[in-house]
Amino acid sequence: MDAATPSQPATLHSSFRYKLISFIGPEHVRATSAVDAIVGVQPKVLVAPGNERELAEVLRLSNEAGLAVIPSGGGTKRCWGNPPSRADLVLSTARLNETTEHAWADLTVTVEAGCTIQKLQEALAEHGQRLALDPLWPEKATVGGVLSANDSGALRLRFGALRDLIIGVTLALPDGTLASSGGKVVKNVAGYDLPKLATGAFGTLGVITRAVFRLHPLPRHTRSFTVATSTGEETRRFVQAVQNSKLAHTALQGRFESGISPLVDVLFEGTEAGLSAQEAHLKILAETSAVTEASPEVWKARQGLWSFTKPESAALAKFSILPAEIEKSMETIAKSAGTRRLQWKAVVQATGIGWLRLEGDAKDLRVSLQELRELFERSAGSLIVFYRPAAMPAIDTWGGAGDAFPLMKAVKQQLDPRNTLNPGRFVGGI
Amino acid sequence: MDARILDELRAIVDGRGLISSPEELHTYECDGLTNLRVMPRAVLLPTSTGQVQAILRICHREKIPFVARGSGTGLSGGALPVENGVVISLARMNRILEVDFPNARAVVEPGVINLDVTARILHNEYFYAPDPSSQSICSIGGNVAENSGGAHCLKYGFTTTHVLGLDVVLPDGTLVHLGGKALDAPGYDLAGVFVGSEGTLGIATKIILRIVKRPECVRTLLAAFPSTNEAGAAVSGIIAAGMLPAAIEMMDNLAIQAAEAAVRANYPNCGALLLVELDGPLAEVETLMTHVNEICLSNGASEIRLAQSDAERALVWKGRKAAFAAMGRISPNYIVQDGVIPRTSLPQVMGEIVRLSQEAGLRVANVFHAGDGNLHPLVLYDRRIPGQEEAAEALSSNILELCIAAGGSITGEHGVGEDKKKMMSKMFAEPDLLTMQRVRNAFDPLQLSNPTKIFPTPRLCGEKPGKYTPHPLESSGLAERF
Repeated sequence: MDAATPSQPATLHSSFRYKLISFIGPEHVRATSAVDAIVGVQPKVLVAPGNERELAEVLRLSNEAGLAVIPSGGGTKRCWGNPPSRADLVLSTARLNETTEHAWADLTVTVEAGCTIQKLQEALAEHGQRLALDPLWPEKATVGGVLSANDSGALRLRFGALRDLIIGVTLALPDGTLASSGGKVVKNVAGYDLPKLATGAFGTLGVITRAVFRLHPLPRHTRSFTVATSTGEETRRFVQAVQNSKLAHTALQGRFESGISPLVDVLFEGTEAGLSAQEAHLKILAETSAVTEASPEVWKARQGLWSFTKPESAALAKFSILPAEIEKSMETIAKSAGTRRLQWKAVVQATGIGWLRLEGDAKDLRVSLQELRELFERSAGSLIVFYRPAAMPAIDTWGGAGDAFPLMKAVKQQLDPRNTLNPGRFVGGI
Repeated sequence: MDARILDELRAIVDGRGLISSPEELHTYECDGLTNLRVMPRAVLLPTSTGQVQAILRICHREKIPFVARGSGTGLSGGALPVENGVVISLARMNRILEVDFPNARAVVEPGVINLDVTARILHNEYFYAPDPSSQSICSIGGNVAENSGGAHCLKYGFTTTHVLGLDVVLPDGTLVHLGGKALDAPGYDLAGVFVGSEGTLGIATKIILRIVKRPECVRTLLAAFPSTNEAGAAVSGIIAAGMLPAAIEMMDNLAIQAAEAAVRANYPNCGALLLVELDGPLAEVETLMTHVNEICLSNGASEIRLAQSDAERALVWKGRKAAFAAMGRISPNYIVQDGVIPRTSLPQVMGEIVRLSQEAGLRVANVFHAGDGNLHPLVLYDRRIPGQEEAAEALSSNILELCIAAGGSITGEHGVGEDKKKMMSKMFAEPDLLTMQRVRNAFDPLQLSNPTKIFPTPRLCGEKPGKYTPHPLESSGLAERF
């Protein structure tokens, strides 16, 4: 893939910059500053096209000129991924920020990539609806960014991840193609499911310019409960009991921390009568553990992991394990962290997706993360490192992609043969 | 294909697993779309992933196109053989390899029958959610190829929602693992791309499924309306009230008559019938069912019944699931169509269907997954009357154009296959289709895997003609085009 890449120009050629300015407008092309750095790599210019045609054209021109393009939404996850091997132009979707069509009676919405999740949710709420997704930093994170990073929270247990909510996508490809797939109806099997390909692709195949989602009604009533368990074994039994019950819980997460007893949060949505019945059922399942009504704030615990006081000694990772192995995995984390006297805190959803913060000596963080990755990968899981302090020795963000990696490279080669988009940031150097 | 290659293939599948005599090959010359038939060169019935790999290596070496086949129930010709190609039937790979209740996963081979998965896990109060009407005979491998839906996908999602991982033999014989038992494996979601690719990207030989806990209670309501307009308004009312039923199905009068004749489901005779199923915790379902009842009444329902027992529920569903086959009771021949519209355009599209049906002088029965706008118009005709078959085909295809014009899709669950590839360029622009082809090239650069399906061949067949350019013979006045 690198063979096709011409040598990197030291600065953007002035004629290229002039070309951009001439059709995007000077106010939408600006030099970058330190805050625009992508995992420590400094791009040269930021361009904010006004519509998807312009965006596709900027991408095409950059591709032709051999420039590396970093698609950007709200910039909330700029530190995620490996450092790009090259970064010339930041392609911002900030001006593509409209909810194009909220077909509320059909429970679908078409929205531009640069729209923030919060703005989208506010528009949907006017008709009592929502995108059933609780990603990080919704006030800044954009539709395109959240899709590309495949970020989902606790609601995933009931409503699925983005892959289950997206029904259509428009992608700008490096050759300037604007390609749509899927559609505006929930049920549709015509053609390949490229909305799923774009979801979680980290902007390495094309730039998402527009997406169509299926929607869900806002719940009539919600109630959250926290169950205090005293041991990991008790946590496991309770989580399994809830999962194996006939409760219709919307979310279920465990909160774990070094030296503190685990807590389990359960979210119910529905009618008042239904919620009361479920509360009673939940208390039976909790046996002797204390059940307390909780504030909706408990569902921000995942985001809370990111509020650390010492960024120079903290690392953050997402991991995926089998749902029945939560207890075992927490023991593994406690042991790995304990050996190195690292502080740790984790939020794990009943889907088996968890988030871990480790704090301590930078070198020890690296050793522990590497060890945990190997252990999780051995039992079908994974560990992705989304934040590391500058002092921590480098670690690959993603871990192994398995025997499908050559196929992934082939897909990349087909859609972005010159390695223009986010080069080097994704799995295996894609 | 010369005898040497056939011998090589026979050796892989143990002799017993190769069919090459013309009389036996007839079974495989079509799938559920019976008007299209192609005789394959041979049919192979492997029993393991290793055998599938060995077969595909030979196909790759010899550039022999292949078509994978499950139970052959598909309705879009997806398993239609390719000239001079082989059919690879997965029917003998039919083991449920693992059931893992603590993680709510089942691992199956592609030939496992859909309903057998639920049968195996029912004792522990679990079920496999996707429920195409053919679920008692269709295979999981075929469901994966088509991304099959079913009545309950309104709430539970499609096959793709329930497939977490796949072992796939690529068209060059390489085995790859896509997705897995745990979620969000690093890298592209190629399992998501594979599901619904209609056999064009390789062959799945092992499938990791998500299984679902059975809800505490299920209630099914049957409501009779004067016409599909009132029934459609009731559907909108239910959705607008913020409910997500497990299923909402609609049948029009002709479909009701046919189902009655076939299975005596004891349906009321009315203009349109709505079947609404709610499931979940008892208290929740009972509260919501009261609302559904009110919504139906306020939209003009003349009769409402709540199935009182599992047996009554089963009978209600039997009528619905038998609806396609039941058409045989009221018409010698019929075409099953599958299109999707935004639910809100139902009254307008129904009006158009009635108009088209009258113009063509043919009856159209309608069965809908009304909750998600998936229409199944059944065009009734008599092949013995000259011209009727052609008229029926034209009508059926005009209905699809209505769906596209309404912002919907040419297929909600039956797939594009051979049947609808002509329509693809009406639904998608050329750059859209070319982008899909690029993805296909990554999996199958030689285009051996079900090569003739899904994608139109626009330049050759003229499905999407560009500016008309007269043939030189026309220009010179030597020929005329009519």
